[in-house]
Amino acid sequence: MTTLTAAVSEKKSQKKVETHRQVRAFNGLAHVALVFWALVTAGPLIWVLLASFKSNTEIFLGEPFALPDSFSLETYISAWDQAHIGRYFLNSVFVVAVSTAGTMLFGSMAAYVLARYTFPGNRVLYYVFVSGLAFPTFMALAPLFHILKNFGLLNSYLGLILVYIAYSLPFTVFFLAAFFRTLPHEIDEAATVDGASHTRKFFQIMMPMAKSGLVSITIFNIVGQWNQYLLPLVIMQGQGADQKWVLTQGIANISTQAGYHAEWSTLFAALTLSILPMIVVYAIFQRQIQAGLTAGAVK
Amino acid sequence: MRHGKYPFIIGFLAVPVALYATFVVAAYIQTFQLSVASWSGFGPIKYVGFDNFVKLWNDDLFWKSLRHNGYLLLLLPIVTIALGLLFAFLLNVGGGSKGGMTRGVWGSKVYRVIFFFPQLMALAIVAVIFGRVFASDKSGMINGLLPDSWAPWLFLADERWALTCILVVLVWQAVGFYVVLFSAGMGSIEHEIYEAAALDGATRVTLFFRITLPLLWGTIQTAWVYLGIAAFDAFALINIMTVDRGGPDGATSVLAMMIYRNTFEYSQVGYASALGVVLFFLTLTFAALTLRVTRRDAV
Repeated sequence: MTTLTAAVSEKKSQKKVETHRQVRAFNGLAHVALVFWALVTAGPLIWVLLASFKSNTEIFLGEPFALPDSFSLETYISAWDQAHIGRYFLNSVFVVAVSTAGTMLFGSMAAYVLARYTFPGNRVLYYVFVSGLAFPTFMALAPLFHILKNFGLLNSYLGLILVYIAYSLPFTVFFLAAFFRTLPHEIDEAATVDGASHTRKFFQIMMPMAKSGLVSITIFNIVGQWNQYLLPLVIMQGQGADQKWVLTQGIANISTQAGYHAEWSTLFAALTLSILPMIVVYAIFQRQIQAGLTAGAVK
Repeated sequence: MRHGKYPFIIGFLAVPVALYATFVVAAYIQTFQLSVASWSGFGPIKYVGFDNFVKLWNDDLFWKSLRHNGYLLLLLPIVTIALGLLFAFLLNVGGGSKGGMTRGVWGSKVYRVIFFFPQLMALAIVAVIFGRVFASDKSGMINGLLPDSWAPWLFLADERWALTCILVVLVWQAVGFYVVLFSAGMGSIEHEIYEAAALDGATRVTLFFRITLPLLWGTIQTAWVYLGIAAFDAFALINIMTVDRGGPDGATSVLAMMIYRNTFEYSQVGYASALGVVLFFLTLTFAALTLRVTRRDAV
């Protein structure tokens, strides 16, 4: 028995030395690979920042990561004023604030009723909502355009916001219904016994209990709607539409314009201005943001 | 006790259902209807049976676009998942063992934060940045980094490589998300399993293929479906980055681009709808096939 233990422990210690050496080599390689990808990820963004301070001549010099000759905010002022990046940014903030609020309100209302009340047609309605996940938005472009035109909602914030809400409902309802189903029924019943109305129960008891799910899906919707490009492109067209463009459209347009007028540094300044706020928000909320965006895939 | 249940249910469902029915359900149904019609977007709709689908069958651009979608559909998931798994594995299992626990490599949190960031950026903004990164003169980031004696690479202006550039950008943006997703999955694998295998003399490569991969299978499957659906889109990139939006000479044309142009530029709403129907069935088939082919007994 003792010899056996001794033999095992000897073998173990031998293996330990071996493993140790192996681990260090492995770790070295791991860091090389990881640093490489970090550079690949951050490189283009750093390059954009540097180029935003450069003159056209400097940009065409072919030293992408050289420091600019001087740091002046001139390009930023022109990106803000002439390229209207400030306006596009505020338009995006406005649209996304209203539409995410609307998505969360209507999405959680529908999800709650579908998850916790039995009534004829409940299943059918739930599946109609969830089947929206299977359809690519792309296939319905033309009909969507004409529906909005018939309602006189083309080229209006209201139209854009309503469409954002409608197209965010499938995932929101799917996710929140699953969440509401897991909440305990005892508290629900106790509240009913105490005479709480259905509406009051929803707002004062269920919503607070579902807070973690609501936070995840809110983040998911904010990011998704902020990044929309196709829907605003379809909806915000017509007379004076350029005043109402959201950030993604605005940037795409500045990019085209920069090609005609060779104002590359303005484009880079505009890009920097539109990325910086995201980096700040991400730095503060990165844990919640990662959790929110991956929530859908984990479910 | 349950008094007023129905008024409450109806009150809560009215707005979300109305929005969803008007902008989503109606639009999808009309797509199917319009796919057998000839309509310019104005005037009366003429039903033409399956003419659109016959025209589609004989359209060279359609087959070309389909091939391009197929290329993205095959390579985007493979490359992204491979890189995602590699980096997630390096982050989680790369560290040495301490007190019998394998830790992640040093700085794994920082890596994860950097890798994830592109996921937050709008595809439209990513497209504008990479349009410049891939610029075919010295002002482009990559051409700027190449030695002066080399002829500049054409990237998006080169028929042979344009689509690969699009693929690279899609991978660049997606990898971080899957690193985080797979990391979460790997984190939930019991450490004892690794310990036991390591004691039995398993190398890290064996650990990866024999333990990590099988236990993550469900997550990988989800990732595959997500990435496949992303590969059917890519509209923002192609609309903003490529020469002639889908060029040069149709080299980056995809179904989404064809639908957009037929709807809003060629006034071929019926034809666009037929393409939309094809896109729908392709997406559905792909999702169903993925889930079926990759199905495994639970480990």
